Amino acid sequence: MPSLTRWYIRAAFIYLLLGFTVGALLLINKGIQLFPSLWRWLPVHIEFLLYGWVMQLTLGMAFWILPRYWQKPRRPKESYARAAFVLLNLGLWLVVAQAVLPVGRWALVAGKGLELGAVFCFALHAWRRIVSRQGP
Amino acid sequence: MPPLTRWYIKSALVYLAAALLLALVLALPQAAQLPSFIRYLNPAYFHLFLVGWVTQMIFGVIYWMFPIITRARPRGNEQIGWASYILLNAGLLLRVVGEPLNATRPEAAYGWLLVASALLQWLAAVCFVYLAWPRIKEKYRGE
Repeated sequence: MPSLTRWYIRAAFIYLLLGFTVGALLLINKGIQLFPSLWRWLPVHIEFLLYGWVMQLTLGMAFWILPRYWQKPRRPKESYARAAFVLLNLGLWLVVAQAVLPVGRWALVAGKGLELGAVFCFALHAWRRIVSRQGP
Repeated sequence: MPPLTRWYIKSALVYLAAALLLALVLALPQAAQLPSFIRYLNPAYFHLFLVGWVTQMIFGVIYWMFPIITRARPRGNEQIGWASYILLNAGLLLRVVGEPLNATRPEAAYGWLLVASALLQWLAAVCFVYLAWPRIKEKYRGE
């Protein structure tokens, strides 16, 4: 498992715990009405689990197991996959900030833009690794 | 494939079928005269899909394929893995039952089913991360 995959997967596990923690609080609140304002955190729960957990884990695993080149660098354009990791996490926290802090809608737009940038960066890295044994 | 992974993946497939069946029922027109509790199952549908199917499938594959810790104890404490599996499934099923009960009879104490469901699922995630964290490593080097 390469170093970058370890970063992706550790981050994904942290988001899994954060997402389940927020989700548990929301569900408890639904059952016994602790704080009605807690519902503001629903987008945070969704963001942590869909982007932080599922998407991040998927990208980390793809970086690890997609076919590698015979020659070095075995995983080409790794810097794009590193950039994707940074952009995804920055974007995610901007979206979270918009949901719970008085920062304005620009944070949501910027956050989603960074997440889209992460997808493009990862695709630039991975596209040429999506091959069969016979080649592209 | 270890037995725990087989349970995770088979359960995940059952949840996928259950989620899609529920989606089909939820998509039926109003004229179908469904029992009233059905319309409160929308959150349960999402969670059957994302927790029961997606997350459970991921847990099963991680438990199977991540680098082993040692030859003697390749996947760590297996009992923690089983605890995670049981807690996750008990919590999820409790939600599917508790959510419509709580919504249709809020005066009863069914809200506590949701509290229990939340705690069980949260504990399942903690157990799984505790179990799998040491296996996020380059590879088994024979130590």
